[in-house]
Amino acid sequence: MPDLLIELFSEEIPARMQKRASQDLQKLVTNGLVEAGLTYASAAAFSTPRRLTLTVEGVLANSPTTREERKGPKADAPEKAIEGFLRGAGLTRDQVQERETLKGNVLFAVIEKPGRPAAEIIADVLETTVRNFPWPKSMRWGSGALKWVRPLQSILCILTDEAGHAVVPLDIDGITSGDTTHGHRFMAPAQMSVTSFTDYEAKLARARVVLDPAARAETIWNDATNMAFANGFEVVEDAGLLAEVAGLVEWPVVLMGKIGSDFLDLPPEVLQTSMKEHQKFFSVRNPKTGQIERFITVANRETADNGATILAGNEKVLSARLADAKFFWENDLRVAKDDMSVWTQALENVTFHNKLGSQADRIERIAALARELAPMVGADPDMAKEAARLAKADLSSEMVYEFPELQGLMGRYYIAEAGKDDAIAAAAQEHYSPLGPSDDVPTAPVSIAVALADKLDTLTGFWAIDEKPTGSKDPFALRRAALGAIRLVLDNDLPLPLDKAFTNALSVVLKIEEWRGAAAREEGDAAKHYAHQVEVAEKVIADVRPNLLAFFHDRLKVYLRDQGIRHDIIDACIAMPNNDDLTLLVKRAKALSETLKTDDGENLIQGFKRANNILSQAEEADGVEYSYGADPKFAEDPAETALFTALDQAEVKITPAMAAQDFTTAMSAMAALRTPIDAFFDAVQINTNNQTVRRNRLNLLSRIRTLCLSVADLAKLDG
Amino acid sequence: MSDTANTPRSFQEIILRLQTYWASKGCAILQPYDMEVGAGTFHPATTLRSLGTQPWAAAYVQPSRRPTDGRYGENPNRLQHYYQYQVLIKPSPPDLQELYLGSLEAIGVDMALHDIRFVEDDWESPTLGAWGLGWEVWCDGMEVSQFTYFQQVGGHDCHPVSGELTYGLERLAMYILGVDHVMDMPFNDPQTAIPLTYGDIFKQTEEEYARWNFDTANTEILLRHFEEAEAECQATLSAAHDDPKTGKRIIMAHPAYDQCIKASHIFNLLDARGVISVTERQAYIGRVRSLAKQCADAFVQTRAGGWQPEDAA
Repeated sequence: MPDLLIELFSEEIPARMQKRASQDLQKLVTNGLVEAGLTYASAAAFSTPRRLTLTVEGVLANSPTTREERKGPKADAPEKAIEGFLRGAGLTRDQVQERETLKGNVLFAVIEKPGRPAAEIIADVLETTVRNFPWPKSMRWGSGALKWVRPLQSILCILTDEAGHAVVPLDIDGITSGDTTHGHRFMAPAQMSVTSFTDYEAKLARARVVLDPAARAETIWNDATNMAFANGFEVVEDAGLLAEVAGLVEWPVVLMGKIGSDFLDLPPEVLQTSMKEHQKFFSVRNPKTGQIERFITVANRETADNGATILAGNEKVLSARLADAKFFWENDLRVAKDDMSVWTQALENVTFHNKLGSQADRIERIAALARELAPMVGADPDMAKEAARLAKADLSSEMVYEFPELQGLMGRYYIAEAGKDDAIAAAAQEHYSPLGPSDDVPTAPVSIAVALADKLDTLTGFWAIDEKPTGSKDPFALRRAALGAIRLVLDNDLPLPLDKAFTNALSVVLKIEEWRGAAAREEGDAAKHYAHQVEVAEKVIADVRPNLLAFFHDRLKVYLRDQGIRHDIIDACIAMPNNDDLTLLVKRAKALSETLKTDDGENLIQGFKRANNILSQAEEADGVEYSYGADPKFAEDPAETALFTALDQAEVKITPAMAAQDFTTAMSAMAALRTPIDAFFDAVQINTNNQTVRRNRLNLLSRIRTLCLSVADLAKLDG
Repeated sequence: MSDTANTPRSFQEIILRLQTYWASKGCAILQPYDMEVGAGTFHPATTLRSLGTQPWAAAYVQPSRRPTDGRYGENPNRLQHYYQYQVLIKPSPPDLQELYLGSLEAIGVDMALHDIRFVEDDWESPTLGAWGLGWEVWCDGMEVSQFTYFQQVGGHDCHPVSGELTYGLERLAMYILGVDHVMDMPFNDPQTAIPLTYGDIFKQTEEEYARWNFDTANTEILLRHFEEAEAECQATLSAAHDDPKTGKRIIMAHPAYDQCIKASHIFNLLDARGVISVTERQAYIGRVRSLAKQCADAFVQTRAGGWQPEDAA
């Protein structure tokens, strides 16, 4: 069975797109082959900056012949029906068979499709693949209409078997297939023909092209770590950078260079970011000092001077880059030490959102809110306020303008250099966290206050202007902000009533106090106008609070589901009072989840539901609520008496446990009711003819319901 | 850069070699456009000529102004006035990368010693309503050129596609000549009777313009000029296609485009003066883009833009 080799040779493919593109090529071509009946043994795809390559081994030489039988109309059916059938089958009247069936003579068409040679199928599939390739961005070039990521220069497409190799003939807008490719752009540019994948890979290696990106990455990493180690250094790991650099070269040559001593006192993050973002350099650390003192660059060629010219050039470029960074650092330090309010003032000209004002407005709101939240998270209110005011000041700094990814971190450096409290400096870096479900959550009280204020301001602000996330659209990352607030509360075990926090935040966003003040101060129409503004704001607050809380509950469900807590369990807890205290809510949900895992717990729910159903039906039928006065003296059965006792005992445990928010104790006491409840239902018929006994039993069921519902709304549970 | 016999000796020699090289490859060597522009792309030989179906091949030096980049001539790499070398070929030839690499050799870059790389960089000009895909070209880790296949200009899809090369001449020349500060770079041959450095020619003007751009340019006048340029551009484009005096079809795409260039530069000056807020910025850019689009619309109605008399029928 022949092997297939395809190479799509182009001008340089962006590094970030190469891996996905090779996977897409493999998927689209092999799927196309299989759909056309060409199975294969194995396939693999590779990429370099200039080529996508696919090798498919053990392809069928021909697709198998297929035979399809179609049943048509009766032989004596109207002419039109028969014509339609023949047209659909692509046959003439004498080519179809007439068979006797129970319903009379019926026409049958037997359609045979002969197999096609592999080359024909491959040509079709490859052309379709090239014309419909899912590049994230593609382009036209010259006078053509074909689209590719960059100009496509040649197509190699051959089938190889024992007899030798043959080009699969193909022409896509003037690009004809062949059996040739090129080596390295500079070191071995000559055209060469290949006969098989093995031959191709070997010839490429001789022509200074390592086909496999994983092999290039491995070479780079090994050479880099060895070179660093030999000089007493270590390379700072960066898997993303390694993959990117492996996509920028066909023949990696690792070179290690020096960072000018002028720059060694820059923060290490600045050195790393500048080298990585601008130059794609790896940082090399001195393990003794922990400082970044060298860099690794990866060239795409060998040279007669062993890379000396290339390295000198790279060092020079780096010096110019770092001179910029140093210039920013020094200018920023000057401002930081002098008066950082210059930076916050500059944020007055930076729009946050046209309905929510400038960044400076936002910072003032966050500061006010952080001050309010501070006592609830154990932070000093004034310190929280100051930290919030400074936390985003670095957005005006030159360094953050140049390297936005250093926001917060630079703030921390600058605030510390300005001589502020460490807690204030730390808040600048930490208040953006957590950014995702696995990001670290700040634990320092001041950082928590600012981080929470930041997120709550964002959420209440966008809710107030009705810019909520819809479906997959969440342009302001509000889901992430809500998850961040949730994790801040839960991970720090904060007893924080969100409803009050929402009201605080919304009052600040909507400036309700200002309007109130103005309404009181002014007279006549002006006073009416401001009073109206107050009313409008109050209405917005009233509308937003429950809606936003529901959004938090939804995000909480998603978050807890990943921790193995079922939706319905959370719903059962959300239905309880104080559900805006997420710490309480989650404590309850976790205890309930654990209880339901026990045999008693699971069966208790059945008992509760049974009690609840009987009671609800009776209440509906009788038009009364059975909620009071079950009396043991009307108990007729020992199981009934036992239930009275059990409920009394449970109540004694549950009531104080609930008051102490000890859900585990409360719920295990509740689960212990399972046996007496089951025994009660086994022994007793509720709806007896004796109305007094019946009423007493219904009131007893009501005790079960009330007691269980005091723990969680068990009626919301599934099953 | 290592010294070889092929190494040029001055800034101007590099420019002259580029001119000779691209002339030998069939480009019309044009002169700089006689207006203030932010980049070589603004020259109508690129912006307008990349539109329509007519083949085109041109190369030129374009003095470019970026008022916010002024550093009083003190920064080794940053200038408010600098030179770009620009090549535009339509349709883009299949060997454009090879042609480009040939130009680097022509100016003394030894391909056997240097590491040349094509690194993804998509180009977009919000003021011109234009975008393309291509690379920034690296030489030993330094960006020496932009290489772009134009996909859209002035809101029009490019058919055929033009290939555009832009060389930042000062940076490239400093590297080739081994100079660390732009002001120290020999402009003419240092062996000549009157050797001139880049600083001899431009240090003083960098100071003068930096002061004017940042601190003294009259923003009221500039704001008025912006409005006037915008109005004149639109008025010029709204004139009847048929000239009443000559009876000829004369669409004034180029004079209108001059006003668009003017508005764009005035916007850059206002930006340097710090009188444009972040929100206004987008609005100004949108106004310039709208002018650029209208000029592009007009240009494709002209013969140079591919219009033919039959189209009128």
